[in-house]
Amino acid sequence: MSAGNSRSLYQSDEFATRLQRRYAAERRFRMIGIAAIGMATLMLVVLLGSIISKGYTAFLQTEMRVEVTFDPTDVQERNYAAILRRGLYAQFPDATDRASRRALNDLLSSGAPFALEDMVRQDPSLVGTTRTVWVLADDTVDQFMKGAISRDTPESQRPLTDAKIAAIDALSASGALSTGFNTTLFTSGDSREPEQAGIWGAIAGSAMTLIVTMLLSVPIGVAAAIYLEEFAPKNRWTMLIEVNINNLAAVPSIIYGLLGLAVLLGFFGMPRSAPLVGGVVLALMTLPVIIITSRVALKSVPPSIREAALGIGASPLQSVTHHVLPLAMPGILTGTIIGMARALGETAPLLMIGMVAFIVDVPQGFTDSATVLPVQIFMWADSPERAFSERTSGAIMVLLGFLILMNGLAVFLRKKFERRW
Amino acid sequence: MQLTVLIIVLALLTIAGFQLGRSRAAATVGGRLVELHSVPSYHGLYVALWAGVPAVLLLAFWTASESWVVMQLVLAGLPDQFTAVDPQALSLLQADILNLAHGINASREPAPEVLAAAERYNRLHALGDWALLVVGSCLALAGLTWARGRLSPDMRARNRVERAINVALIICSLVAILTTVGIVLSLLFEAIRFFTVISPVEFLFGLHWSPQMAMRADQVGSSGAFGAIPLFTGTLLITVVAMAVAVPVGLMSAIYMSEYANPHLRTWLKPILEILAGIPTVVYGFFAALTMAPFVRDVGQSLGFAVSSESALAAGFVMGVMIIPFVSSLSDDVINAVPQALRDGSYGLGATKSETIRHVVLPAALPGIVAAIMLAVSRAIGETMIVVMAAGLAANLTANPLDAVTTVTAQIASLLVGDQEFDSPKTLSAFGLGLVLFLVTLTLNVVALRVVQKYREKYD
Amino acid sequence: MTVQTQFQTGAQAAALRQSGASVKMVAKDVKVFYGAKQALKGIDLEIQENRVMALIGPSGCGKSTFLRCLNRMNDTIENCRVEGLIALDGEDVYGRQIDAVQLRARVGMVFQKPNPFPKSIYDNISYGPRIHGIASHRDEMDEIVQKSLERAGLWNEVKDRLREPGTGLSGGQQQRLCIARAVAVSPEVILMDEPCSALDPIATAHIEELIDELRENYTIVIVTHNMQQAARVSQKTAFFHLGEMVECDDTEEIFTNPRDERTQGYITGRYG
Repeated sequence: MSAGNSRSLYQSDEFATRLQRRYAAERRFRMIGIAAIGMATLMLVVLLGSIISKGYTAFLQTEMRVEVTFDPTDVQERNYAAILRRGLYAQFPDATDRASRRALNDLLSSGAPFALEDMVRQDPSLVGTTRTVWVLADDTVDQFMKGAISRDTPESQRPLTDAKIAAIDALSASGALSTGFNTTLFTSGDSREPEQAGIWGAIAGSAMTLIVTMLLSVPIGVAAAIYLEEFAPKNRWTMLIEVNINNLAAVPSIIYGLLGLAVLLGFFGMPRSAPLVGGVVLALMTLPVIIITSRVALKSVPPSIREAALGIGASPLQSVTHHVLPLAMPGILTGTIIGMARALGETAPLLMIGMVAFIVDVPQGFTDSATVLPVQIFMWADSPERAFSERTSGAIMVLLGFLILMNGLAVFLRKKFERRW
Repeated sequence: MQLTVLIIVLALLTIAGFQLGRSRAAATVGGRLVELHSVPSYHGLYVALWAGVPAVLLLAFWTASESWVVMQLVLAGLPDQFTAVDPQALSLLQADILNLAHGINASREPAPEVLAAAERYNRLHALGDWALLVVGSCLALAGLTWARGRLSPDMRARNRVERAINVALIICSLVAILTTVGIVLSLLFEAIRFFTVISPVEFLFGLHWSPQMAMRADQVGSSGAFGAIPLFTGTLLITVVAMAVAVPVGLMSAIYMSEYANPHLRTWLKPILEILAGIPTVVYGFFAALTMAPFVRDVGQSLGFAVSSESALAAGFVMGVMIIPFVSSLSDDVINAVPQALRDGSYGLGATKSETIRHVVLPAALPGIVAAIMLAVSRAIGETMIVVMAAGLAANLTANPLDAVTTVTAQIASLLVGDQEFDSPKTLSAFGLGLVLFLVTLTLNVVALRVVQKYREKYD
Repeated sequence: MTVQTQFQTGAQAAALRQSGASVKMVAKDVKVFYGAKQALKGIDLEIQENRVMALIGPSGCGKSTFLRCLNRMNDTIENCRVEGLIALDGEDVYGRQIDAVQLRARVGMVFQKPNPFPKSIYDNISYGPRIHGIASHRDEMDEIVQKSLERAGLWNEVKDRLREPGTGLSGGQQQRLCIARAVAVSPEVILMDEPCSALDPIATAHIEELIDELRENYTIVIVTHNMQQAARVSQKTAFFHLGEMVECDDTEEIFTNPRDERTQGYITGRYG
């Protein structure tokens, strides 16, 4: 083992070949690492790609131009469907038999007469006149126009008959069909008819739920964090609270749903499907996250700040409220936003407390029946219609948009107020 | 209406209390503020607390109990023939009164007594609201006056206010404990009711799960079967698939990011994992059900395997993708906690980077990595949306990942979504499953967090 | 190879040959940058075979940085750049001929804080020989482990608990374990970066004795902030100050008769 020996040892050919093998192993290991990251990236791309490619058409909607005469008797009897039908049939003078007329009727959304009714209610002078209106086309027409229904599939296997396709072709040739931005998606609540279904009700429900969550979890969470980090004596009880909080953070979300069902609905008799209950459940779920991140933020304020405040005669509470808390605020805010983003995307516990009901109306108050965006996605995902699966992807894009916005805000705050001690 | 007024009145009185207390404190010393024990603002806060807190407590107590008290009064006023019935009919009666009181017409014509009771309910309610408004305002005023009268130059207002705030802070941190107690009690209570109908042994060791109670008594399996073993094995199968994806990919990503990638590359790679972590589970569920499951089925069929369209493989794979960032960020923490000195020691002996990682860093980080995997398993077991949407409800007892299985969480969700009678074993079984789920994940978490803590202490 | 000729024809090399020791390592105009910050400003130094060379100087003077250049440990630090020439037996260690892994096997290192791997004592020692493929079978490995521990003066203390974790030893024992670990791969040079700074006086005395014994077989470079230690263990001493090598001479000379006033200031304790 003398120096002379070792020189030959590490400069031998044997060592050189071994070294080559070791470097090959090194490269392999590195490749595995790159492959792992590549795999994660690939999955992200496939996931987002599949949703965007399926979903971007949800923001478009086909409308049909119909020339309608607001016949006074029909208006009187609120028979707007008849008004529409006459306008539609006028474009197809050849279609006189029942079957072909029924086929034509199917091209219009079942909600189209209500649109006419709304027009008349807003402007009664329309009665007796003839106007050109654009109304929603049926979702099958919409899907056909977007190319989701191919005319090459056998007639028995597609939702549109040959006759309907011929009618659509005629309409579209005469410029009576146009595809534009889908405002319905953003202005109406849920519906059984895909072309009338929107996410506004779900967005409003999400907003209300999130407001309740925030009002409860932020003050309580921050207060708890301040107590545990700044004032609590280090004894068994505070240890218990700490362990408890850490474990609550890892409890499956569905358990919080069970808690809400048994305690809030069962014991306190709160209303089912209400944003208030959803908000309370999500607040309990987010609380540990907010406590933990707030504690981290408080902990990162160096003790010298506290000592400085105490040294000039501030009480412990004053030192915290005047100095420590403002310095920890960006961190607390970031944690809060991330917690809220998680609450916004949460689904499972809300299923338990009945927010999964089919609700057409946009909720007006915190105790109204409502649903939230992720649950709306869940419900639409179950619907067999192609138009609904397109809207599901569209709704997911909106949800992800909100989440990106919130997380972006958190990142911005962190970058802007980042402080190194 | 009265409630809104009361809240406004209370807010005004509290603000007034603050102002009055502050000016009174200054007045007691004739403006020579140094003679005060506490600065005037604390005197103001002291008075404001006395004005606001008792009234708010009353308000909270009242709103929580008002409906119950009023209902008891209304029931007491009804003739015995209505109230002397079994509990179920009584609760039906109460529901009728409530519906009528809220102006919702019951389907059947209500008895005149019930109609009168509903009116009485509304009257009492209105009366109660007015009473609350008056009593609440008086209480606030009384508190304000009393506290203001107690102000004096050497009153330790700051200490009193701080003590009150301290109590409030403690109460806030007890919410976490209350949540846990609430979870445990509600799960236990309902689960015990379930276990009085179905024996725990049958539940935990039974091999057949079909909770649907038949409509007719003579139907096959009319009693429903509550053997949860197929759910446990299903959960296990999906978890194993998920871990088979998440652990290698997450761990190797963490290793690459913390040991190989330079800071520039890291700033590009980190967001990828963060985005994966931020995607809601319902989105993963949608992806699993509509993209991954058909893909797995088609690939399997082209290879000649019989693949269910709700295969455990598809759900587990997507769940694994969801957990990748979880494993990777936990492992990243753990790997970064391994002191650089150990790496240096290994490099100093002439080890290559991968040798150092495999023989020194990973063994040193092993406890932390094991804990991370345990937390990931706990996450996988508790994950709901992916399995609800992609794994289906077929309670098959199988170890074949190409078959459809169901999980504990998927069953809980399907049992409790929609209308349900609260007392049927079918509904209660969800709480039994919830209890098992809670205990298993809790055990995993407690052990894992302890291991992590021990591990941190070792290198701090 | 150009390096070799360059130095062997130099006047310094001739002088060294006269003193009876051959040059093991040579540094010529070594500059180190961390990003934009320059840590070493052109160091020239020769390290003689089977001698102990001590590097002394106030903290932050670059002595540890220089030490880490000698076996390219600085490679592991991001944005660290080394300029100039460092040669081992006349071969440029930053050149193509020498690989960092091979170099570190030949130039071992002992660190400031004892850093045993969280493995058994036996595995700590056998780790190096195993990755380099030195021992072909078990008996050979046992022998290497025993010899290395004997050289580090630890064998008698641990021979009955080779399977116990190395982290369970006392601080001084851990550091000797790290020395044994370095010795086990049969290096030619051992670099020691303040090996006693984390140890108590008794453990320090142990290590110092050990260094003196190791000199027989190895060339040793030791960084220390403790001047008495430098005086006790080394034959040559180099004084570093603010990224420069101020002077290098026989240890006795440096401590009794320093030429530079900065050196004098430091060893008389005016600053440090």
